[in-house]
Amino acid sequence: MIPELGHFALTIALALAIAQVAVAFIGSRTGNGALLATVRPAAIGQFVFVAGAFAALAWCFVSSDFSVLNVAQHSNSKLPAHYRFAATWGSHEGSILLWVLMLSGWTFAVAVLSRALPERFIARVLGVMGLVSVGFLLFILLTSNPFERLLPAAEEGQDLNPLLQDPGMVIHPPMLYMGYVGFSVAFAFSIAALIEGRLDAAWARWSRPWTLAAWCFLTVGICLGSAWAYYTLGWGGWWFWDPVENASFMPWLVGTALLHSLAVTEKRGTFRSWTVLLAIVAFSLSLVGTFLVRSGVLTSVHAFATDPRRGIFILLFLVLVVGGSLTLFAWRAPRVGLGSGFGAVSRESMLLANNVLLAVAMSAVLLGTLYPLFLDALGMGKISVGPPYFDAVFVPLMAPAVFLMAVGPVASWKRAALPDLWVRLRWAMGVSVAAALVLPFALGKSSLMIAFGLWLALWVIAATAALVWQRLRASPQPGLAGRIRAQSRSWWGMTVAHLGIGIFILGVTLVKGYEAERDLRMNAGDRVTLGGYEFAFKGTKDLPGPNYAAVQGTFEVSRDGKPMRTLLPEKRTYAVSGQTMTWAAIDTGLTRDIYVSLGEPVGDGAWGVRVYYKPFVDWIWAGCFVMALGGLLALSDRRYRLRKQVAEIDAAAAAGARA
Amino acid sequence: MRRLALALMFVCGLAFGQASEIAHPDPAVEARLKSLAEELRCLVCQNQTIADSNAALALDLRNEIREQIAQGKSDDEIRAYMVARYGDFVLYRPPWKATTILLWVGPFALLALGLGILYATVGRRRVPGPEAPEGERRSAAEVESLLED
Amino acid sequence: MKALKFVIPLVVFAALAIFLALGLTHDPREIPSPFIGKPAPAFRLERLHEPAQTFSPADMKGKVWMLNVWASWCVSCRVEHPVLVEFSKRNAVPIVGLDYKDKREEGLQWLARFGNPYSLSAFDGEGRVAIDYGVYGAPETFVIDKDGVIRYKQIGPITPEALEEKILPLLKSLGA
Repeated sequence: MIPELGHFALTIALALAIAQVAVAFIGSRTGNGALLATVRPAAIGQFVFVAGAFAALAWCFVSSDFSVLNVAQHSNSKLPAHYRFAATWGSHEGSILLWVLMLSGWTFAVAVLSRALPERFIARVLGVMGLVSVGFLLFILLTSNPFERLLPAAEEGQDLNPLLQDPGMVIHPPMLYMGYVGFSVAFAFSIAALIEGRLDAAWARWSRPWTLAAWCFLTVGICLGSAWAYYTLGWGGWWFWDPVENASFMPWLVGTALLHSLAVTEKRGTFRSWTVLLAIVAFSLSLVGTFLVRSGVLTSVHAFATDPRRGIFILLFLVLVVGGSLTLFAWRAPRVGLGSGFGAVSRESMLLANNVLLAVAMSAVLLGTLYPLFLDALGMGKISVGPPYFDAVFVPLMAPAVFLMAVGPVASWKRAALPDLWVRLRWAMGVSVAAALVLPFALGKSSLMIAFGLWLALWVIAATAALVWQRLRASPQPGLAGRIRAQSRSWWGMTVAHLGIGIFILGVTLVKGYEAERDLRMNAGDRVTLGGYEFAFKGTKDLPGPNYAAVQGTFEVSRDGKPMRTLLPEKRTYAVSGQTMTWAAIDTGLTRDIYVSLGEPVGDGAWGVRVYYKPFVDWIWAGCFVMALGGLLALSDRRYRLRKQVAEIDAAAAAGARA
Repeated sequence: MRRLALALMFVCGLAFGQASEIAHPDPAVEARLKSLAEELRCLVCQNQTIADSNAALALDLRNEIREQIAQGKSDDEIRAYMVARYGDFVLYRPPWKATTILLWVGPFALLALGLGILYATVGRRRVPGPEAPEGERRSAAEVESLLED
Repeated sequence: MKALKFVIPLVVFAALAIFLALGLTHDPREIPSPFIGKPAPAFRLERLHEPAQTFSPADMKGKVWMLNVWASWCVSCRVEHPVLVEFSKRNAVPIVGLDYKDKREEGLQWLARFGNPYSLSAFDGEGRVAIDYGVYGAPETFVIDKDGVIRYKQIGPITPEALEEKILPLLKSLGA
């Protein structure tokens, strides 16, 4: 009964979404008050029914209803409860329902939280979001129904892919989808603005918090995916430039550019066309990513098993949505006008450079990801484009953007003076160059890459620190607390986020420069040394688990003869699928991870073992979290929340933009 | 298709400590193997390198590479051996050929284009001199706001 | 015309969409053989059934023939085998088997059990010859012409459609 109810709920949601689109566009076109008043309720209703459908599917999974095909294929009664719940999105059908849930959730949030905004504008925004919902709901109902029955019901399910039976699985997709889907709000705001012909500072102010929120989620989502790969896959890597990883990274790059562009449009009323285009491109990349993962067009470890019908549907939808919005852009954007001017050296020019560099970086990743497809489609052979390409191309493109990141916040709007910039930044330059030259020798090895990475990271960190110092010192407030509070949260958000990038680059440089690994055969009693630690293999024992049988190895780790801790890596064989999975044992520390992985048993009680020493690797994800924290801080800025003052601020901003 | 996918999952796990894989006594050979194998794509488990894959073919190829290194073959010769048998697909670092010029040059051409656009845009929007055309006088508050976030 | 630059994103997207559509018609996992049009690599292997005798592609010079890579452990080969057995009864071309990374006993038993379409099978226990042919998974089949040049490679099981639409016309054109 419940699966059918779920299916029915989806149909109602589709009807409500269609209604939402109709009343929104007709109402905003004609100004009909009655129609306009129905838009928000329709959007809220759509959310209620999608949530209901999702709850129904989740119920089927948690209660192990194997008469539902999806549950029978992707779950098992011996699976622990939290993984049974996560299995709801462990398949193509389930994850696309999660996508739609997120979309209707964001629609709901926009419907409820934007009462202070003009009625017709919000109607158009909800109309655009409704269009996207209609597309995805149709996709589910026509090609990817998660509620399909399996009759007669299976006795037992085929189990969730062991790689997904992990806490990371529970949280990484939801975070990621919140990000991808969240960019639909900025997209909808842009389309609504293009339709109305109104693209001013006020519009930018309205869009910014939504975009910030989506960006935070996407940052966290990508970060979690990387961390999960690191500790689950067992080869110590954390980024492979896999097509699906790239599919999440490209919207992030454009989303970052969008955030910065919105700041300029809000503050100075300029970059309007750029901002609109970036918003369209960010969401378009989310959609392209969805296509790439589910159409079978590219090989990827993440790709779902697919059927070409789905690929065709998504492609048609993509052409309609993206093609339509870019046509609207080509038609309306020329009338938008340029806005105020700015000097060759100014915050605007640096942010424009930022936009351009991020767009080029995104294009490079897109080129590399799709090139094999281009060549194959043209019959010119099959090639692979992997990490060696992306590493070689991406770093030179991003380095100038990262460099400018430290300079931009110090430059004034409209016109900045180079000598003034130099005075403010010379300490940071000196410190970073000196450290980059000296540190590698202190750490044991030096190379051009290490020195460059260190310099870039320390440049960002030192310049940000200098900026904070200068700003706090110049502040007229009496105490430190007062001075801190006097700076807006938006500003603090920026500095924290930039700091996060510096931490991230530091982590990447140090781990790539100084990591070490040993891959060898060990018998009980053997020892190996790595990175100053000694690992003594004490043997293995069998360890049963809820739905798997594990062999657990015992490694006693000591440093300078003093015992430190015991690491217990496992090799798990899952009962239903028969697959084995390596469960690495990691000792996490502030300055290093040590990582032990069990391979295959080689006979006579010997095992293949991999031991890794990874210095500062956790700084990579710490940096990402600091970035997201910065975004959150910026989001909490009071100017986005005070409804009463919105009108006043908007009037002032509109006046400023006209100047 | 599903069965094939499942079968591949059996095979495509992590590659170490296989019974028939014996590391070469010379660590320099192993180091060269690692750097070569990390840029070669496993054709069975197409999303892993030959270094990481535990497919039987990957194992055979690693042993083959070890032998060739021990025989004194250069990195280029070993890569040529792989490409002769499996095509350019096996290289994770795309080769430099007529069909891949766009791939390698593209990003930098785009960068040049972007910088060109930047130059043209900034030049066009240049605020002329210290006197603004509208003759606006800046109040202290406005100056302050130009400096803030 | 200044407004023209605003059309660029749309044009770029249109090109992208066309390529994505074309991509839907291709299988990204299928890797074409670099040997098409090149001579079949030479080798000499023991025969599966008569270890004292050997086989080499040179033995087939002057004839159009097929080389089919199979193994007793290979699941997809079971799927393909009936098609091959049926085809071998037509006696169109000799089919030589290459027993890939197998145990001799198990290979012999497998053929005894499921039928033997091969005029002979060569035993490639270590898989080195298969590597030389760029084999990356069984079953794979090569069509080789009278001059010993590889003309076609079938990746995966030979389906009746592949047989009728690709292989038979090719064999005819080669003068089989």
